[in-house]
Amino acid sequence: MAVKVMIPTPLRAYAGKQESVEVQAKTVAEALTALTGTFGELKKHLFSDDGRLRSFVNVYVNDEDIRYLQKDQTQVREGDTISIVPSIAGGARI
Amino acid sequence: MATKVGIPETPAKANPAVTLSKEEVMRYSRHLIMPEVGMDGQLKLKQAKVLCIGTGGLGAPLGLYLAAAGVGRIGLVDFDVVDSTNLQRQVLFGTSDVGRPKITAAADRLRNLNPDIRIDTFETHLSSDNALDIMKDYDIVVDGTDNFPTRYLVNDACVMLGKPNVYGSIFRFEGQITIFGYPDGPCYRCLYPEPPPPGLVPSCAEGGVLGVLPGIVGTIQAAETLKLIIGKGDPLVGRLLLFDALAMKFRELKLRKNPDCPVCGTHPTVTKLIDYAEFCGIRGEEAPVTATNLPEITPRDLKARLDRGDDLYILDVREPHEYQICNLNGHLIPLGELSRRVNELDSSREIVAHCRSGKRSADAVEFLQKAGFRKIWNLKGGILAWSDEVDSSVPKY
Repeated sequence: MAVKVMIPTPLRAYAGKQESVEVQAKTVAEALTALTGTFGELKKHLFSDDGRLRSFVNVYVNDEDIRYLQKDQTQVREGDTISIVPSIAGGARI
Repeated sequence: MATKVGIPETPAKANPAVTLSKEEVMRYSRHLIMPEVGMDGQLKLKQAKVLCIGTGGLGAPLGLYLAAAGVGRIGLVDFDVVDSTNLQRQVLFGTSDVGRPKITAAADRLRNLNPDIRIDTFETHLSSDNALDIMKDYDIVVDGTDNFPTRYLVNDACVMLGKPNVYGSIFRFEGQITIFGYPDGPCYRCLYPEPPPPGLVPSCAEGGVLGVLPGIVGTIQAAETLKLIIGKGDPLVGRLLLFDALAMKFRELKLRKNPDCPVCGTHPTVTKLIDYAEFCGIRGEEAPVTATNLPEITPRDLKARLDRGDDLYILDVREPHEYQICNLNGHLIPLGELSRRVNELDSSREIVAHCRSGKRSADAVEFLQKAGFRKIWNLKGGILAWSDEVDSSVPKY
């Protein structure tokens, strides 16, 4: 299935500056694997060392949070949009 | 199933003794002639009490539009001082305010806009020790802050006090807006149970921000606050509004209340405010995230070695637009491209890596060490420190 993955601004530098990337996948897990396969730098920003999605990164299929669907096993259909939504806080230098 | 939340009765108890003066009727006439506001709505605004946390990029349009709308009592919380880098987006302030406490400049501006309302000022750092006390007298809290620890603090305090939290956040040209803290709605921790470790998500200072962006997001926060007060329209409860200013697109995602949320779930485990700096992995003052065994060189030492004629290769890991602001004639490989372009570097040469403040270059040094580079140093404090210690003609940004 061809699905579009929306890349949030803080991560675009690691995805060839693109705002979205099209991948072939049947599940969210496959889509993210395809994405990080093409853009290796993204991996450490999305996943911790144990391979789990970082807790400050949320993933949506269309407008639903995958945590309330089947998590990374959530199936995707042709034309679905996967959104990566990291937490952002604004200005402070930390 | 999405959370469906109706707008509750206005938190302010309708007080028949509260009326509008002739001057107020004139001032708010454009509200009064609209059926959605009318006299009823304007009286609700007059009795409403809103706490605005932060008077910066988000707080500026927020404060201005709440004051303009006649919100009867506005609390402002900020401990910062106006500096010139603020003026690109913090439109509450003017050049003549540089050096003044933000809270004083903000209060002056808002009182001038609307002398009939009450402005409370809290020139303090919001903390676990004072948050509940400061917030308790207000009906609605609006989060215009700029750091993760305070966002978690505001969230938790609002849930504990039962106050809606109108949330907005920005990065570069993207914004997020929603309302947390409704009894049947999600809170910030339902969305993000944990903050990112410091240094992993670029801050605005590293990424920059389109000046008008907090203007748009803060104005949306003001609109949502006014809607909550007058009880009209569909609030952003359970809805995350995403805004992309470059594409000029709005998207919306569903936010659900997490029944296992430690703060707002059915069996909360966090019932008191905690140490939020510790929660976010930040201890004490801001400290650069550098490994203690990372080889470093100070700007003065670098200058001394260059003056001596040492053959040093200066690697600049900033972005091209930063190089245009100022540079040390280094070889530019932005950090995000380093792994792809590492073969441009000669590991037999002595390499000094630098960025703006020393953090990105520390990552670069760590990466290059793992790639087998042995003669590599991080410029401590980056080009900012070079400007401070070696050559003050180099502009700081």
